[in-house]
Amino acid sequence: MRAICLYLHVHQPFRYRAYSIFDVAHNSNYFSEKNYSSKQSNERIFKKVLEKSYRPTFDLLEESLKKNPGFKISFSITGTWLEQAELWAPEIIAQLKRMIKTNRVEIVSETYYHSMSFFYNRDEFISQVELHQKKINQLFGVTPKVFRNTELAYNDSLAKWADDFGFKGILAEGWDKILGWRSPNFVYRPVGTKNLKLLLKNYRLSDDIAFRFSDRKWSQWPLTVEKYLNWVNDGCLNGNLINLFMDFETFGEHQWSETGIFDFLKTFIDSWLKVYDNKFLTVSEACDLMKPVGEISMPETVTWADTERDLSAWRGNSLQDAALPALYSLREKILASKDPALIDDFRKLTTSDHAYYMCTKYWNDGDVHAYFSAYDSPYDAFMYFMNILRDLEFRLSERTS
Amino acid sequence: MKILMLGWELPPNNSGGLGVACLNLSKALAKDGADIDFVVPYLADHSNIKFMNVLSATNLDPLFRFGGGAYNSEMISERIIPNITIPDSTPDMMSIRDVQKSYINFIEKYLLEFKPDLVHAHDWLTFEAGVLAKKNFGIPLIAHVHATEYDRSGMNGGNPLVHEIEREGLVLADKIFAVSNATKNLIHEKYQIPSEKIDVVYNSLDENFLKSNYEFRRDSYPYLKKMKEKGYTIVSTVGRFTIQKGLTHFLRAAKLALEKNPKLIFLFAGDGEEKNELVRLAADLGISKNVIFTGFIRGKKLRDIYSISDVFVMSSISEPFGLTALEAAHHGDVLILTKQSGVSEILRSAFFYDFWDEEKLANEILTVAGSESLQKTLKNNIKNEYQRISWDDVAKQCLSVYNKLR
Repeated sequence: MRAICLYLHVHQPFRYRAYSIFDVAHNSNYFSEKNYSSKQSNERIFKKVLEKSYRPTFDLLEESLKKNPGFKISFSITGTWLEQAELWAPEIIAQLKRMIKTNRVEIVSETYYHSMSFFYNRDEFISQVELHQKKINQLFGVTPKVFRNTELAYNDSLAKWADDFGFKGILAEGWDKILGWRSPNFVYRPVGTKNLKLLLKNYRLSDDIAFRFSDRKWSQWPLTVEKYLNWVNDGCLNGNLINLFMDFETFGEHQWSETGIFDFLKTFIDSWLKVYDNKFLTVSEACDLMKPVGEISMPETVTWADTERDLSAWRGNSLQDAALPALYSLREKILASKDPALIDDFRKLTTSDHAYYMCTKYWNDGDVHAYFSAYDSPYDAFMYFMNILRDLEFRLSERTS
Repeated sequence: MKILMLGWELPPNNSGGLGVACLNLSKALAKDGADIDFVVPYLADHSNIKFMNVLSATNLDPLFRFGGGAYNSEMISERIIPNITIPDSTPDMMSIRDVQKSYINFIEKYLLEFKPDLVHAHDWLTFEAGVLAKKNFGIPLIAHVHATEYDRSGMNGGNPLVHEIEREGLVLADKIFAVSNATKNLIHEKYQIPSEKIDVVYNSLDENFLKSNYEFRRDSYPYLKKMKEKGYTIVSTVGRFTIQKGLTHFLRAAKLALEKNPKLIFLFAGDGEEKNELVRLAADLGISKNVIFTGFIRGKKLRDIYSISDVFVMSSISEPFGLTALEAAHHGDVLILTKQSGVSEILRSAFFYDFWDEEKLANEILTVAGSESLQKTLKNNIKNEYQRISWDDVAKQCLSVYNKLR
């Protein structure tokens, strides 16, 4: 058997608006930007991506499920995305329900708010995982069995936690520096775990689609299905499981429709299944069917981001180190308030995108295109975030006085 | 290569960035082998400048280069808008047009004797002389725009005669140097000059600031030192007090910021026709206690202002470049700049705002004052940015154009 495990990550943050110091103690609306054309309008951004990516891609995938009984796929869908879809695209939620009913679509567990809470507050992290499970169960009637952390941020202690929590599998980046001579195209056992299986992203084959597909400077451009299947076949010479993990928005948003990405995806699914013994597996099936070939240890955190594959885009600069611990330090008091709106606002601020917007490493390079942000600069992002923290503190003080 | 450089001022007889830019540019060009005759409209001792010939077009005192008489108070405020409607100019009420006429006469005589490869004219003040060289003597002309009449008038019209002189110079020039993209776009839009004819030539930091003979002694400023010890943040601005600089917006933002954080001191360094209005506005807003007007300063005192400040604000409605931002960055200030400033095109580790957005400016001041880690980050990161373009780079860029034109 040769199998492809295709897994797509679906997420939108609730971007906070350009929250002024003069709003503090007057206006506690952080996430609803009324000016539709604003950079921080969540509704505008969601609807834009809806038309370019979510709608056409889900349609294509649902069609492929109908046409190919052998096609299977896994999604991780954040709670913040689901909330936005419920507001602005309920028909996509209905479509997802239909797709999940086929039993060939699996939902992966993660934090509800797409946060880095694992690295700040373990209790908060567990709460957010449980909130996500609850939401998935409510909407789709299923319980996720395989875990992925935000940005695929992974280390040994996360694996240990996931094992104890009862997950059967966990996803991580199959990075050369960790793997060495070993191939990502097998299942491994994370060091120190009993039942957990580790699925490693084949980043070359994943990024060929996610990052390089439309790059005309790439020596392999244009990427045809035929050429790509040859590479997948080569990969199968060293292992029999190809984990293609990528952002859902690869299709239509990062790679525009005009690049031929949709035709590529559709033809790729059809062509792969035409060959005898080729399969698609969901993440759980991959864990169930494959035996671990060895142990893997990642004491340091590895992510699927940047060339560094570390957390440096989210943690470690002085702005992030001022803002995030300050946010998490409010947790106990905020939970004690039992005020659902306050708690939800707090948790929406833990979304990792906010910390990413404060990242200065691309900003300093002067490469505007490397800095994807809802704000004019990391310093603006920091400013509005800190203003919101002041208002959170004000609301807390109002309750206790 | 023989270059005739047409300027209006050189330090120490300068009122702002124009003289500093001309001096640094000429020096870097001379280092690369350019033979420069630099013409100023006054007579002064520039014998300390060895790398080029400084020629005086008139025997006027430098103070008269913008017109005006010895007892005319406006002369001191260094007004740039010429008063050309005075019916009968008396010797002590001479207009800037008279100075320009003498300047042109000098250039004509010069060109009858010498034949430079190229004329490089700085701003409208010298454009007529440049046009004369181009029209009557066939010498290639570069028009270098440090500011237009639109900038000087805060984008509100300005003097039609100055516009006309600018337009003629820009149309007839073989090449235009603009100190920023903002200025390039303005020249393209307001004067209908094709973009291909305009090159962006940024300024760099004054070489004097890089010399290590300066030491800041906080003890010389006991009051400000004490306030800093008490937790005050010092926010400064440096420049001519004219409408172009957007200082009334800055004062109103200061008022907003002080309502949230009273531990702020605002230093307004400079002088100009808006001075009295600003002093009155600070009083009307009830923030006089927190606003300090230092008067016109230069040299070590100016550097001390930068050094003692935590934050530097450039509030200009229109600022073709804005050298003071580089100077402030060099002295370790956090920068808050209007998006309308040219220098914001080459700096990234700073806060930016639209000149009219008083609330955002107040927000930015408060954020910087409230976060030491933010201050550290910004100060640290800007170190890699404010000297990214050196005067040598600028000279190389100019020379490659020179070589194509001659």
